[in-house]
Order: sequence, then structure tokens, then C-alpha cells
Amino acid sequence: MNAFLTTNAELIITLVKIVLLLFIVLTVNAYLTWFERKVVAHMQSRWGPHRVGPHGLLQPLADGVKFLFKEDPTPAGVDKFVYYLAPLLALALALTSLALIPFGPDPIKLFGHDIYLGIAPPDVNIGILALFAITAMGVYGVALAGWSSNSKYPLLGGLRSSAQMISYELALTMSVVGVLLMAGSFNLKKIIEAQAHHPEWGIFGWNIWPQLLGFFCFFVAAVAETNRVPFDLPEAESELVAGFHTEYASFKFAMFFIAEYTSMITVSCLCSIMFFGGWLSPFPASWTFTHYLPSAILLPFGLWVIWDGIRYETIFGRIILPGVGTAIAGLGAVLILLPGVNLFIQGPFWLLSKILVFLFVYVWMRGTLPRFRYDQLMAFGWKLLLPLSIVNVIATSFIILAKMTWWGAQ
Amino acid sequence: MTAPLVVFFVLAALAVIGAVSLIFQKHPIHSALSLIVVMIALAGLYLLLGAEFVAAVQIIVYGGAIMVLFVFVIMLLNAGIEEHTSVSKMAGPPGLLLVLALAGLVAATIVRSTDSIERTLQSGDMSSTMGISNMVFKDFVYPFELTSFLILVAVLGATVLAQREKS
Repeated sequence: MNAFLTTNAELIITLVKIVLLLFIVLTVNAYLTWFERKVVAHMQSRWGPHRVGPHGLLQPLADGVKFLFKEDPTPAGVDKFVYYLAPLLALALALTSLALIPFGPDPIKLFGHDIYLGIAPPDVNIGILALFAITAMGVYGVALAGWSSNSKYPLLGGLRSSAQMISYELALTMSVVGVLLMAGSFNLKKIIEAQAHHPEWGIFGWNIWPQLLGFFCFFVAAVAETNRVPFDLPEAESELVAGFHTEYASFKFAMFFIAEYTSMITVSCLCSIMFFGGWLSPFPASWTFTHYLPSAILLPFGLWVIWDGIRYETIFGRIILPGVGTAIAGLGAVLILLPGVNLFIQGPFWLLSKILVFLFVYVWMRGTLPRFRYDQLMAFGWKLLLPLSIVNVIATSFIILAKMTWWGAQ
Repeated sequence: MTAPLVVFFVLAALAVIGAVSLIFQKHPIHSALSLIVVMIALAGLYLLLGAEFVAAVQIIVYGGAIMVLFVFVIMLLNAGIEEHTSVSKMAGPPGLLLVLALAGLVAATIVRSTDSIERTLQSGDMSSTMGISNMVFKDFVYPFELTSFLILVAVLGATVLAQREKS
């Protein structure tokens, strides 16, 4: 048994990491729906979910149970094989793309093994290309769902989605070329490290400043790729009932739902890694006092949750909320007391904060922007985004060339 | 058998099964799906040879873009189950001859090659991203640019042909 463990250590570690990441991502997905409903509700002067559990915090659990126990009819005349394949494909591809994201710079040393945060080893040379390959395959989930349902609205949704994805994929790939030129690598870790070229510059060393145009094109194209507002034409409820997933019920619908939220997380990861320095701190490296920032956020937040909890109207809330608050505040206190752990947590802390900001932007857009018309969508993709991203590539390569010839930099 | 060899045989079997299923499926969408399986299996084979860049591009371009267009067109035209016509008399004997010629060619290549699969798997030098870009943008820059010009002309031609109906 021991020999088996030592020879297959890498395999076992990877399997454990996969299970852990799945658990975390699915939980985050569930609470992302709560977050979205809450934020959009407050933007529209409503309360949002607040009946199930304190502040509606158990609502995702109730939704999950509902998805599991609802009746799951298969409509007549569907293409059975493709009909069942489509949600599987959508979910599997969305989850696979997360495997390539590195979540932190330093490995955890455990039993003589370096365990990196993130499933793929940090030296995947084609990191960003592999990610694009996986997301490019993601179209099939939506397109095949639309086709196999044997119903007119899903078919229209599937058609819209495949045309939209082909159009925006070009802009999406062209817009990151600028970043790749500056980093000189497809490797996500090297892209982040290239932004830490001047450790004292902090936030001003990130790719967002020279690549502002690239970021604009990338983010818009990425939102279109994830079928989110204002590009959610494949599921436009005022025109197509529910678009490509009209004929899906119960857990098969939930799979599309989870796939969409997972790709939102992936896009947020990519945005922060490629344009916002990934796990880099926005402060200069010599400002070591900023290492206490995670504690400085967690401690007051935990105390606020306790204070809010003891005044909560239900008894259940008065028990649960102070407990949660104590856990959060305790985490903040532990980070102050253990400098080693605190130093390790810096990278993941900044990456997760940036991801959270992008997820908020997603929700914010949903609360703000109306949907595009279909011809506007196509014109926007082909006549604005694609030329802009090509201009960005040409400008970036000329500046890099000029730097190399006249200043002899790099 | 070593692990790469096992993966090779699995991928090769997948590619062959996909190709056979592509021909024998009755519905165009199922055929297109089989073709996607072939493309992905080929990408896996490239990855096994150490050609990471080619593998990723294979999936992005063939699996992602071209096959999505195939599926899109099949969906748009709402193509149903294919209809069988009586087999053409011309297709029989010349087809058989071509199949035999191809099989002979492949067999001859296999017999004459001296590299073992393991050795082929080791030599991943030309296949790195840098190696490919050096070849495309330094050694073969003129043929490369000429090819892209040819593609541009073809795209323009397609646009002109598609717009002619309007006037």
C-alpha cells in the first residue's frame, strides 16, 4: 500500500485536487446565483431572496434540491443521444477549462511534494491556447441542445448561439495577442510574471495600461462567448421562451445553468490573469504592511456579521450568523498570528478579489444594460471589435519592435 | 506497453471508429459529430508527439471553428436523414482501385520507416511554438505570405459571389 502511494503520488494528488476544485466551484456557483439575485434585486430596489435562511443564504440549497426532485420529462421526437449529450458536453467543457487556471504562485509543501494551487502543472506551455480550445468546443453544448430538442425556439436559440460564438471568437483570440506579445509566452504563469517585471510599480506594471484596447475587446467578446447580458440572445426570453434550453427540465437544465456560471468564473479568472496581474498585489513589493490587508478586511467583516446576526429577526439567524461571523473574524485573526500562512495567502487573496470584482461587473451589467438586437450584435462584433483588436495587435507589435531597435530593451 | 503507447492506441482507435461512423451514420448531424471525434483524436495524437501548438490549433480551428460552421449549416438548412440513391456504376471499380493504391502506399511507408514509435515520440524539437514560428516567419516566409494572399483572394471571391444575387 505504501509503495503504491509513493509511486502514484502525483496521480493521487491530482485526483484529490480535482475533487476539491469541483466541490469549491459548485459551491461558489450556487452562491453566485444568490449573489446575482441579491445584487440585481438591490439595484432594482427589491430585497431579493430573504425567506430561506438568514438573508436568503440557504436559497441555493433549496434551489439545488428543487432541481434534483423536479420531474424530468423527455419531449417526444427529440434526438435522444444528442439531447442527453448536450448538457453533459456543456458542463464538462466548462468545468475542464478551470483546470488550467493557476490560482497561486507558490506550491504547498506536503509529504515532500510540491502541491501547486490549480490542477494543471504550472508549466503548461500552451496554457491560454488550450483554454481557448476548450471554450471553442463549448459552442456544441448550446448548438446541439437547440438542434436535438426538435422544437422551433430551441433551434433558433442554437442557431443564434453558434453564429454569435463564431463571430466573437475571432475578436476574443485577436484581443489577447497583444498580451501574448508582451509576455512572449502562452504560459499563464509567465504572463503573470511578465507583469511583475518592475516589482516597485505595483498596479502600474499590469497589462491593463498598455493593453486597454485589448482588454475592452477581450471583455466584450468574452461576455458574448458566455451568452450573458447584453449578449444573451440565444436565450432571449422575450423572443424565444428560454432559447436553447426550453425543452430541458430538472437537472439537465441545471447543468446548462452551472455551465454558464462556471464559464463566467473562467472568464473572470482570465481577465484578472491576463490584464490585471493575476495574483500580483496592486501595491509596490516593498510595502510589506499591505500583507495585513486580508486580515484588515476579514476581521471587521466578521465582527459586522456578528453584530448583524445578534439583532436578526429569526432565532435561526441569531444562532447561525454570529457563528459564521466568528469563523470569518477568527480566520482574519489567525492570518495575523501566522505570518507564514499570511504570506502564502497573499497571491490567492488578490486573485480571488479580482475574480470577485469581475463577477460583480457581470451582475452589474445584467442589472444595467438592455439586450442587443441581433443585427446590432453581428455589426458590433465584425465591424467594431474585430478591427479594433487587429489595430491593437499591430500597434503593440510596432511599439515592441521600436523598443527593441531604438532602446534595446527586452 | 508503455503509457504513451497505450494512449496512442486508444486515440488511434477513436479516430478510426469516428471516421467509420462518419460514413455510416444516417443523419448529417451525427456524421458531423463523428468528424469532431476524429479531429479531437488527431489533436490528442499531435499532443502525444509533443506538438502542443499544432494540437491546440487543430482543436481551435477544426474542432471549434470549421465544425461549428458545418453544424450551423446543417441546422440552418434543417437537413434530414439522407436519401440513398442507386449506387453509381462508375464508383465501384475505380474506387476499389484507389483504396488498394492508398493501402499499398501506407503499407510501404510503414515497412520502409525505421523509426520506432518511442523514438518518434521523443523528437519534439520542430514542433514547439517557437520552432513553428521560426519556420513560418523566417525560413518559409514567402510561401506563407503567398498562401495567405491566396486565401484572401478566395474570401473576396466568395463575398462577391454571395452578393451578386442582390442586384
